[in-house]
Amino acid sequence: MCGIVGLFLKKDDLRPKLGDMLTDMLITMTDRGPDSAGIAIYGDAAEGSTKITVQSKAPETEFDGLEAALSAALDAPVTVTVVDTHAVLVVPEDKAAEAIAVLEDKGLRIMGSGASMEIYKEVGLPKDVAARFNLRAMGGSHGIGHTRMATESAVTTMGAHPFSTAEDQCLVHNGSLSNHNQMRRKLAKKGVFTRSENDTEVGAAYISSRIADGATLGEALEGTIDDLDGFFTFVTGTKNGFGVVRDPIACKPAVMAETEDYVAFASEYRAFADLPGIETAKVWEPEPATVYFWER
Amino acid sequence: MTTTLDMTATDLRAVNTTLQAAAKAQANEAYVITNPRGSHAMACGLDGPLNVTIKGSTGYYCAGMNKEATVTVEGSAGPGVAENMMSGIVTIEGDASQYAGATGHGGLLNIKGNASSRCGISMKGIDIVVHGNIGHMSAFMAQKGNLVVLGDAGDALGDSLYEARLFVRGSVKSLGADCIEKEMRPEHIETLKVLLEKAGADAKPEEFKRYGSARKLYNFNIDHADEY
Repeated sequence: MCGIVGLFLKKDDLRPKLGDMLTDMLITMTDRGPDSAGIAIYGDAAEGSTKITVQSKAPETEFDGLEAALSAALDAPVTVTVVDTHAVLVVPEDKAAEAIAVLEDKGLRIMGSGASMEIYKEVGLPKDVAARFNLRAMGGSHGIGHTRMATESAVTTMGAHPFSTAEDQCLVHNGSLSNHNQMRRKLAKKGVFTRSENDTEVGAAYISSRIADGATLGEALEGTIDDLDGFFTFVTGTKNGFGVVRDPIACKPAVMAETEDYVAFASEYRAFADLPGIETAKVWEPEPATVYFWER
Repeated sequence: MTTTLDMTATDLRAVNTTLQAAAKAQANEAYVITNPRGSHAMACGLDGPLNVTIKGSTGYYCAGMNKEATVTVEGSAGPGVAENMMSGIVTIEGDASQYAGATGHGGLLNIKGNASSRCGISMKGIDIVVHGNIGHMSAFMAQKGNLVVLGDAGDALGDSLYEARLFVRGSVKSLGADCIEKEMRPEHIETLKVLLEKAGADAKPEEFKRYGSARKLYNFNIDHADEY
C-alpha cells in the first residue's frame, strides 16, 4: 500500500497555493504510507538555466562551500539554495550534465533536474517531511507526491518516490512491478541506467526512454500497459504535463477530480476533502489500462 | 426526529458507535451525517432498522455488513461499499469504486452512477442495481442474487459464475469463463420488474439480456477424469 497525490493547475491564480494544497493531500495519505514521503513540484523556470536537486547525508558539511566549488569547477555562475537535507542548484543549461557529474563525484545524491522541477523526499512521516522542506510555501504549476509503505526495496531516501530519470520528468507509483529486473537489464543495454534497486525507478526509466525515443507522454504511458508487468497506478509529471495510468487489473485505488481550476489525482477521495470547489467537481475513477494526461 | 452528526465535530468512531447503538435499539430513527470527507467504514455494522443519510462522499467499506438499515450516500463511495451486506437498502447517489456489494448475502445495493471493477464479486444473495456501467470481473464467482446493470458491463462478466443472475441492458465487453447468455423467461421479467421499481430505475425489463452460469465449471465432469 502507498498513497499518491497529484495536482495540475489549469489557471495561474492558484499557483502560490500549490504547495499548500499538495501538502494537505500528502498528509491525508499518511496511513497509506508512513515510511517516507516525497514531492516533485514544477515551479518557475529560470531562462537558460537548469535546476538540480541534490540530497546529502551530511548537509552541514557537504553543502558548505558547494556554491563556490561548483562555480569554480564549471567556470560559471551557480546558486545553491539549501533546504534541510536537500539543495537546489541553479546552473547554466549547457553546464547541467557537467554539474551533475561533479556533484555525483562529491558523493551527493541527485534527486532530479530540469528547467522547473524540484524534488524533495525523505524517510519519515509525511507531516514531518513536509515541515522539513516547508512544502507548504512552495508555488508552482503542478506537482505530484507520494507516501510510501515499502514492499519492494529498503526504506531509504533513494527508495522514496518520486523518481526522476530524465529532465523535468518524474513518476510516483502505487503497486509493485514484477518484471522490473528484466526491464532494468533491457534498459541498461540501451544505455539507460537506474540509481536504485527500486521497481518504480525502472518504470520511470522506461517512460523516460520511450520519450527520449520520440514517443509522446501519452504513447509512453500507453507502453507501460504492454511492457510492464505487475500492479501499478502511475502518476507522472513532465515540464508541461501530468499523466495517469493504471494496469489492466486496477486493484490499486485511484480517484480523480476536475474543476475549471485544476485536475487532481489521489489514491483516495479523502485527499480531496479540502480542495476548493470539490463539492461540485467532476469526480471519477480512472478506467483500467487507460491513459489520461493533461498538457498545457 | 432527525439527528445530525457533523464529522468535523464528532469523530468516526463516535459516529459509528452512535449509529450502531441506535440501530440495535430498533427505534428506526433518522440520522444525517455531514462532512464525511471520504472517511473509511462509515455506517458499517448496523444491526437493525435505521435511516442514515451521508451528505458527501465516503471512503473504503461504507455500510459494510449492513442489516435492516437504510443507508444513503449523497456522493460517491470508495472500495468495498456494502461489503457482506445482509439486508436493508444501501443507495449510492454517485459512483461506487471496486468490489461494491462483495459477498453480500441480502438486501438491495442501489448505485445511481457507475460501479467500477469487481462489482458483486462472490455475491451470495444480495440484489445490486447499477444505473450506470460496471467494470471488469464483475460478479466473479457470484453465487446467488441478482446483478442488474442499466449501462454496459466490462470484461469477463460473471467469470466462474455459480447461480447468481446477471441482467445487463447495454453491451458486455466480454463474458468470463462459464458465463453465457440465457433466455429471459417470464419469471425473470417479473424479478427484474420488481427490482427496477424498487431501485427507481427508468428501464423496462424487456430491454435487458440475462446472463448466467453454463454450469460446466463447478460440476465435476466425469469425462475429464483421465485429465487428473
